[in-house]
Amino acid sequence: MRSDPADCELVAPANLQAAVSLLADDPGSWLPIAGGTDLMVQYAAGTLRARKLVSIWNLPDLRRVEVLPGEIQIGAGCTYTDLREHAVVRDEFPLLVRAASWTGGIANQNRGTLGGNIVNASPAADSLPALLAYGADLILISVRGERRLAYRDFHVGYKETKLAPDELIRAVCLPRHFAGYVSYARKVGTRSAQAISKVCMAALARVEGGIVYDVRIAVGSVAPVPLRLTETERILDRKRVEPSIVALARKTAAAEIRPIDDIRSTARYRAAVVSNLVAEFLEKLRAGDRP
Amino acid sequence: MTSKERAKREFSLVINGEPKTLRAHPMERLLDVLREQLGLTGTKEGCGEGECGACAVLMDGALVDSCLIPILQAQGSNIVTIEKLAGDARLCALQEAFLECGGAQCGICTPGMILAAQYLLNRKPRPTMEDIREGLSGNLCRCTGYTQIFEAVAEAARRGVSA
Repeated sequence: MRSDPADCELVAPANLQAAVSLLADDPGSWLPIAGGTDLMVQYAAGTLRARKLVSIWNLPDLRRVEVLPGEIQIGAGCTYTDLREHAVVRDEFPLLVRAASWTGGIANQNRGTLGGNIVNASPAADSLPALLAYGADLILISVRGERRLAYRDFHVGYKETKLAPDELIRAVCLPRHFAGYVSYARKVGTRSAQAISKVCMAALARVEGGIVYDVRIAVGSVAPVPLRLTETERILDRKRVEPSIVALARKTAAAEIRPIDDIRSTARYRAAVVSNLVAEFLEKLRAGDRP
Repeated sequence: MTSKERAKREFSLVINGEPKTLRAHPMERLLDVLREQLGLTGTKEGCGEGECGACAVLMDGALVDSCLIPILQAQGSNIVTIEKLAGDARLCALQEAFLECGGAQCGICTPGMILAAQYLLNRKPRPTMEDIREGLSGNLCRCTGYTQIFEAVAEAARRGVSA
């Protein structure tokens, strides 16, 4: 049954500082809401426990993209549409743009935010493998100041994160050193739009003289958190893509994920798909394709 | 005045070109305000969870699902609903094309389809079939079938739809 709007408080601070001050006043009692594509669904279903919400939708400090020489800092309040339309994001981070285009439909992409996707912490979120592959950092903000941490350390368990109750994600930082990398992205689901992934993968590597370097493979929907396939990456590093190495990579990848059976798929199917996607990525590396 | 009434706040929006001031709880959905307070029942509720697009409207020019928007987040915005596009006695080009191509049957998805199509054509007046499929991918139809709907949008684009 739908929640009664009279039972819920919702306020809209004028700026980012006011928002973090409010969170600090009574840590844990306020739930930030941005585009509402997750929280309003829970609200409609009557499963949203929070009774005090603070709107951070469209705060200018969260909706900026700063392009620095060494990295790009994407405001956590940027929508998927913002990502798809930003020239530097489009040119240099195609994995993120592809993932944004798979997320929901156009109306969801106009409202859903990158920061929201991270904090919602679904292991099936389409944009998170791309952040892992690019080695993203997060900047978290509170009245205590800012701290920066590697995104790969942010999710500590199923729907558990390192975000303190008085903190917000301010920005997502991506290093700008992937020019010339081959990138590979694939979502396997009932359909590209709207459907939640059974498996989604974002992968990158550099190929020189037939040898692959700096292999990065990230997968969603196969563990309690989005995963980097570090073992598979290790065995591929500085190798030539040959049938024996492809076979070993397939086996290693299937062994290092922890998929489950759920309403969308089975563990067995997910393991088979991950192994196939790794092979497809390697085939793309072998062909020396550019993104 | 009951305590529930007191928790209501005043909001100002421009709806279909007209400035409106209304009282609502900040968490009330834009969808409910449109339908129940303003009587704009052209916007439909389908799934109520952002999957089907039946409640789509334009907010400051962007296609959004009004079931996922607390009215507080629409404060000060400019909202366009199907009543604006289909306002006068003459059909708009998209409606005309939907009619001719058989793009509407029961009608529940049609307002959202037309809003999504209008948003697409505002941004891409000459869309490819792939653009149309993607532009309408967040709108579900359970009776007409999508082919006639996509053809209707392509036909409207050929004729030229102005915003």
